Amino acid sequence: MNLTLRIWRQHGPEEKGRMVKYRVEDVSPDMSFLEMLDMLNEELTLAGDEPVAFDHDCREGICGMCSLMINGSAHGPERATTTCQLHMRHFNDGDTIDIEPWRARAFPVVKDLVVDRSSFDRIIQAGGYISAPTGSAPDAHATPVPKADADAAFEAATCIGCGACVAACPNGSGMLFTAAKVTHLGLLPQGQPERDERVLNMIHAHDDAGFGGCTNTGECHEVCPKGIPLASIGRLNRDFLKASRSISR
Amino acid sequence: MDLATRRVVNTTVGKKAVMAVTGVILVLFLIAHMTGNLKIFLSTESFDHYAHWLRTIGEPLLPYSWFLWIQRIVLLAAVIGHIWSATSLALKAKAARPVKYAHRRPVKGSYAARTMRWGGVIIVLFVVYHILDLTTGHLNPVGDSSRPAGNLIADFAPGRWYVTLFYVVAVLTLAFHLRHGVFSALRTLGQQTQTGERRAKAVALVVAVVIAVGFLAVPLSITTGLIK
Repeated sequence: MNLTLRIWRQHGPEEKGRMVKYRVEDVSPDMSFLEMLDMLNEELTLAGDEPVAFDHDCREGICGMCSLMINGSAHGPERATTTCQLHMRHFNDGDTIDIEPWRARAFPVVKDLVVDRSSFDRIIQAGGYISAPTGSAPDAHATPVPKADADAAFEAATCIGCGACVAACPNGSGMLFTAAKVTHLGLLPQGQPERDERVLNMIHAHDDAGFGGCTNTGECHEVCPKGIPLASIGRLNRDFLKASRSISR
Repeated sequence: MDLATRRVVNTTVGKKAVMAVTGVILVLFLIAHMTGNLKIFLSTESFDHYAHWLRTIGEPLLPYSWFLWIQRIVLLAAVIGHIWSATSLALKAKAARPVKYAHRRPVKGSYAARTMRWGGVIIVLFVVYHILDLTTGHLNPVGDSSRPAGNLIADFAPGRWYVTLFYVVAVLTLAFHLRHGVFSALRTLGQQTQTGERRAKAVALVVAVVIAVGFLAVPLSITTGLIK
């Protein structure tokens, strides 16, 4: 298949960027979206041009490195799929595809399609951990966890921190990511000691990073490659209000 | 406000909580207001009697019309809190995406969710007009505060169909605002399960429809001549 790509090119964080048009020919429908970009970059390199910078790592849909706003959808048109797992068979011969970086004040562009997502790291540092003795692994039945809680915690724990929720949110909010972390740790007995501090500190870190607030439109859940439930934001809200009350007491 | 409370209220979630609580106060008022309006279907005397009663609530403990003024102050505070939190969050959201997308898929969230902010502006403008029309009487063709039913019937007379039309537009805007707003308020106040999400959305839809039907029944009945 032959495609026209319009890609955001930006030399550095302070430079002005623009959409640049490229042609790619003989794309196999079995290629992943990133392999298609690799092919373009090979051609650009051979022609002596600067290749397009984009984030990627495991290419198995589990590391959270790949991103890309593809035709206005985070991670492209397929539901619950990362860009690395998106195959070219979902596009048609002759298509024009627009590729842009995540757009958020908290995710500044580093170069071309690469954005700096360390604001997510700062949210994690603010409370995305538990204090537990390290050393040998405890017995599996030492701390019983109800099955329903374990399942819900695990569902939240599948968040890979890619930032698609922020990219898709009309408010540029990082609430689904933060809610996933709060849910994941807050549902488990090991997460209880820091439960109140966690939610308060993570929300402050979230707001300080320049993310917007949540208006419950649900765009984040639509694009989330892991399908984190929108209702987890309700759990975050409840934990936040409860923690606020107990702190002021 | 002490420092700890201020730190909570100034977060995005804290502002949402302010928006939700003030919204709940305003919805409770709307339900009471709507129920009172329906008195006109009993008789104009019944409506006038109800309107007079509103001024005597709490007597003799409260002097004449004090209850109404206390209620107005509470509502004004709720409106200010609601608009403050909405404006503050809207500005933060705008600042959160300084560079727009060149290609953006249209937001899939419901029409109600997408029109919260401008819908809110329309509702505020309507409330200002509505108070000048049927509370103070300045914009009312009769404006006799001793006979509220007369004001109401003159206001929505068939010849003044454009007033009725404006009321219809405003009430429908309000209904859309409530359809997303009630759900959003429940979520903000801690609704956290997926079954609960379906229930919260159903509650929001019922509130929106009841409010719309209840508030539209009166002006439409007058304009169409059902109430004279």
